[in-house]
Amino acid sequence: MTVIVAALAVAGLAVGSRLLAPADVVAALFSDRRDAVGVIVHELRAPRTLTALLTGACLGIAGVLMRAVTRNPLADPGLLGVNAGAALGVVTAIAFFGVGTAGGYVWFAFAGAAGAAVLVNAAARSGRRADTVGLVLAGVALTACLSAVVRIVTLADDDTFESFRFWAVGSFERRDPDVALQLLPFALVGAVLAVVVSRGVDQLALGTDVARSLGVSPTIVIVGAGAAITLLCATATSAAGPLAFIGLLVAHLVRRLVGPDVRRSLPLAALVGAALTLASDILGRVIAAPGEIEAGIVAAFLGAPLLLWLVLRRTT
Amino acid sequence: MTRPAAQVRRRRGVLVTAVTLTVALAAAVVGLTTGSFHTSLPEVVSALTGHADARTSVVVLGLRVPRVLAALLIGAALALAGAVFQTLARNPLASPDIVGFTAGSATGALIGLIVIAPTASPAAGAWTGGLLTVVVVMLIARSVGVSRERTILAGIALSMLLAAVNDYLLTRAPIDIARNADQWLHGSLAATSMDDVALLAGSIGILSLVLVLLHRDLRALELGDDTARALGVRTPRLRLALIVVAALLTGTATAVAGPIGFVALAAPQLARRMLGSAGIPLMGSALTGATVLVVADVIAQRALAPLQIPVGLLTGVVGGAYLFWVVARSRR
Repeated sequence: MTVIVAALAVAGLAVGSRLLAPADVVAALFSDRRDAVGVIVHELRAPRTLTALLTGACLGIAGVLMRAVTRNPLADPGLLGVNAGAALGVVTAIAFFGVGTAGGYVWFAFAGAAGAAVLVNAAARSGRRADTVGLVLAGVALTACLSAVVRIVTLADDDTFESFRFWAVGSFERRDPDVALQLLPFALVGAVLAVVVSRGVDQLALGTDVARSLGVSPTIVIVGAGAAITLLCATATSAAGPLAFIGLLVAHLVRRLVGPDVRRSLPLAALVGAALTLASDILGRVIAAPGEIEAGIVAAFLGAPLLLWLVLRRTT
Repeated sequence: MTRPAAQVRRRRGVLVTAVTLTVALAAAVVGLTTGSFHTSLPEVVSALTGHADARTSVVVLGLRVPRVLAALLIGAALALAGAVFQTLARNPLASPDIVGFTAGSATGALIGLIVIAPTASPAAGAWTGGLLTVVVVMLIARSVGVSRERTILAGIALSMLLAAVNDYLLTRAPIDIARNADQWLHGSLAATSMDDVALLAGSIGILSLVLVLLHRDLRALELGDDTARALGVRTPRLRLALIVVAALLTGTATAVAGPIGFVALAAPQLARRMLGSAGIPLMGSALTGATVLVVADVIAQRALAPLQIPVGLLTGVVGGAYLFWVVARSRR
């Protein structure tokens, strides 16, 4: 998997409206050349590739964690409204508080994602468990509501409409070189938190009573997992806009590969998520060359059929 | 002395209808008189009777009257489509906007606008898109059999796929077209003309007539498929006819105003609750839908004036919150 990610990273640097030779890319990456190739690699493609990798890893971990905590095979940060909450936070920060950097608005995204996560969690836990449809519906309703608010705010802000148009569908184009660097600490904290709670999440999967007898407090685990999910989703959304389906795709793939054990799935989830997001970004550039399709749209083209298939296949 | 139940229900019906009509009328008056160009009620009346100065009559007759009429007609069309679907599926969530027909109509219209002919009316595309989506959802419903919940989830998935297609089409379009299409894609009544109103009135008139003819059979269907069959209703053919009518209603509304969410979901339920009826009332739904949309459009125009919010975004905010509340509450 690591090899795939590395190969994709080189491809991500090489592919675009100007195709570069992989050897040139690697050479440029490890030198300080200021020629055309160097500029393209250092200033355009490298930030973009790093952002995609970071976003994907965050969403992958969040997806696996979410699926385990909600015990819902359809759980996804995008479907359940957490990313929409983060998006609302980002848009609010930009439009009303004039915050311009990703490191600045990630805090707002964090607040928005936390609000949405608490709401969906309240809806999900207010009754009988394992009600797949109810949880997804609540998430879809919340997403519809929040993204309409996001759109209203962006409409009010005429100048930034053009950039929002692409941000809102999940795009890695025109990323600031230091976005990935600014967001890296948040992603790391989220990932560490995810690893810390993963053991508890696994024990909780055995049932609340068993978990209690093993000395695990279900409340602490769920709050911790919620905090990790919120942090990761807020980071991802700040970087790339509200991307749906990456979490769903990753959770599904990883479960196929290593089974339901969350602790063992997390490293793989980060890699698969990074690979998938970067692949979506590259695919979008290849299919529509010389233009491009935003990664969020590519991910939806991959993820929505999977969701459809999951829904139709289940024989419960 | 106790009154017969039928009489009580009739009185309630008259009262609810009167209140709803008053609200709709009030909203229509606000819609006709306010805007960036202010006109008083007497001026509006004189424009309507053809005695106003040129400027006033252009604003009132050319802009505001079509907009109010379109809001009423589209609200009614969406609510009727929702009522038919909810009755057929016996599930309030099986609304055209939840299971993807609205998104499908929008996809059809966008393909028509961007890919095929930018100048043509988007109606044909919207109808085609809506009908194709219906076929897909029906195939899905058949393959999952009795599980209505899974049909709805599948519809949601389909809707998301179509939304991605719509987003894709939008980012491919040049910025000036995209800006307009973006307004349209969130459901806006700002650009409606008298031609649109004529299209709406014609299509909705014909489709409502079909519904009136099928009304008795639809009521029989509410009693269950077996009972309906025993009453001499040919159920598969009736279902198909009703679904096609509902899809065309959704398509017509979407062609003119873009996808306006949650009216089809909420209006029939509101009507049913207000009237206290057992089934979903068609007339009541249409009236409620018309009122809801005309009120929503006035709010969308005036709430953050001079900023004009596409009415679909307003129904998205309110309807999304409403659906969330319904889902959260029903799980208690």
